Amino acid sequence: MKKILDNLLHQKNRSRTISYAMIIGTYLIIEILMHSIRMSRLFTSMLVPCCCYIVLALSLNLVVGFSGELSLGHAGFMAVGAFTAIIVSGLCVQMIPDPIIRLFISIIAGSIVSGIAGLLVSVPVLKLSGDYLAIVTLAFGQIIKSLITNIYLGFDRNGMQFSFVNNELNLEQGRMLLSGPMGATDTAKISNFSSGVLLILATLFIIYSLIDSKYGRAIMAARDDRIAAESIGIDILRSKTLAFVTSAILAGAAGALYALNYSTLQPAKFDFNTSILALVYVVFGGLGNINGTIIAATALYVLPELLRSLQDYRMLIYAIVLIIVMQLGSSARLKRSLEQIRNRFARKGDVR
Amino acid sequence: MTFLTYLISGLALGSVYAIIALGYTMVYGIAKMLNFAHGDIIMAGGYAAFYAYTRFGMPAGLAILFSILTCTILGVIIERLAYKPLRQASSLSVLITAIGVSYFLQNSAQLMFGSDTKIFPSILTEGSFRFFDGKLIISYLTLITIFTCIVIMIGLTAFINKTKIGKAMRACAEDKGAAQLMGINIDTTISITFAIGSGLAAIAAVLLCSTYPSLSPTLGSMPGIKAFTAAVFGGIGSIPGALLGGILLGIIENMTKAYLSTQLSDAIVFSVLIIVLLIKPTGLLGKKENVKV
Repeated sequence: MKKILDNLLHQKNRSRTISYAMIIGTYLIIEILMHSIRMSRLFTSMLVPCCCYIVLALSLNLVVGFSGELSLGHAGFMAVGAFTAIIVSGLCVQMIPDPIIRLFISIIAGSIVSGIAGLLVSVPVLKLSGDYLAIVTLAFGQIIKSLITNIYLGFDRNGMQFSFVNNELNLEQGRMLLSGPMGATDTAKISNFSSGVLLILATLFIIYSLIDSKYGRAIMAARDDRIAAESIGIDILRSKTLAFVTSAILAGAAGALYALNYSTLQPAKFDFNTSILALVYVVFGGLGNINGTIIAATALYVLPELLRSLQDYRMLIYAIVLIIVMQLGSSARLKRSLEQIRNRFARKGDVR
Repeated sequence: MTFLTYLISGLALGSVYAIIALGYTMVYGIAKMLNFAHGDIIMAGGYAAFYAYTRFGMPAGLAILFSILTCTILGVIIERLAYKPLRQASSLSVLITAIGVSYFLQNSAQLMFGSDTKIFPSILTEGSFRFFDGKLIISYLTLITIFTCIVIMIGLTAFINKTKIGKAMRACAEDKGAAQLMGINIDTTISITFAIGSGLAAIAAVLLCSTYPSLSPTLGSMPGIKAFTAAVFGGIGSIPGALLGGILLGIIENMTKAYLSTQLSDAIVFSVLIIVLLIKPTGLLGKKENVKV
């Protein structure tokens, strides 16, 4: 027993232990609260989206933090996952009546398709570097959004029907799954908080397994010094592709969970602003800092909702918080005092 | 003949993109930052011109001047308060700050001016030239837009190449540390760059709002992203590149809308960008930097 505990709290595993403990602890507290007292609708409606944004931010951190490439189009992968999940879930209603299994299958499908999209996008993207890479991810985000905005898909007794750009579907008593700019209407809401928490745990497991492996160390080596890493035989392109595709898969899963939490969803939801939002979470939490990302995503998602009573001023305050935190984070004096505090609690061999 | 009409209106749209892209590219060249708040300066310029003209009753020329002045001051204040303390910070912190500034401007505009769409008055000119028995119609506005862009380009090139401040700007873009050692005041140079970029944004705002006369707090975001794309397209940091990128982007966008598909025009424009970057990874006129060990 003591050995297991020691192992869990060992420096190497500490971050991992804290992550799991934090998520499971919060989950238990919220579940107990929900069963003992009546929570407001606002609070319960925030739970699933919050899980989705945590997963999205974690997935983006894999690219921005661990792989060191700026991605400005992550919402695009979320959109791919989201609308794949809507289609799969819509088609399987009769076949799989059980909502939990349907949700599971939809999330898997969403992440697979999003992973394929990530692989296709990564081929041109990873040929570039720096700000040019960032702008190409932005471009892909826009392209994915505008392609989804033009898809019309429905099914009736004769099977599935599909049309692009213009709605030419003639359904006989069928259902529209995607209707262009209107997106998905009338989706069955099958996401729930527990599945969201499970998805976060799965994401944490995937990310920690990846970064602690040989491949993860290669990814970080390629980030820290490309030329040095190349000279010791690390395949830079393969490492970066691995990080990018894993990230796309996770973002797709986040999108799938998000989509099945609402009865209607428009493709415009996954625009540039959503990509930026995820980036803000990652930078606030700290590049390559998993626990920081979880806390930042939660805090920054909840903050505007808490400020709802301030109505029009809430986004203004959000903007000011954003600017001030960035200023404080890079002020030299604050950094020095933080350094002193850190030195006091210095831990040997603490490698992030 | 319709082809020519589309070409000319694409040229006008491209000129507006080019003027905005100049702001992006100059700031990037000198401060090495992606200024995502630039699009919202355009919005501020639009509102400034609108209120100066309709509420304060200024004549058109004065209203435009007022708009330019407002944006210039706004740009310098933003640089001093938000970006200057981050000179040594990582580029990501600067990027997030720029996004914060962008949210701030959009939401202040919403509080001050309301979120409803306002109709921008035609403060420039109305009317048009007719050629070939009215088969080819070119509005004065289109010509003014293209002409303004040309004047700005010539003026800016002369400014950068001939004046002392222009020389300082080029030096800063090349190597900030060395420039400082040569006695160049980096902070002033960066402030001037922001002032020029923001002033240009105001001009772009008036031209843009005259062409598409609706004013809303999120007016700047899409032209901002497009102009940013144009700047990268031409090679970010390069002034002729911004012009070339802007004009090409405007023409491609208009042609796609006319001959291929309106709904897919964004997708096609961004695909062209990706293809160009794959062939020339630093944009059409960008400089290639070698990585050294």
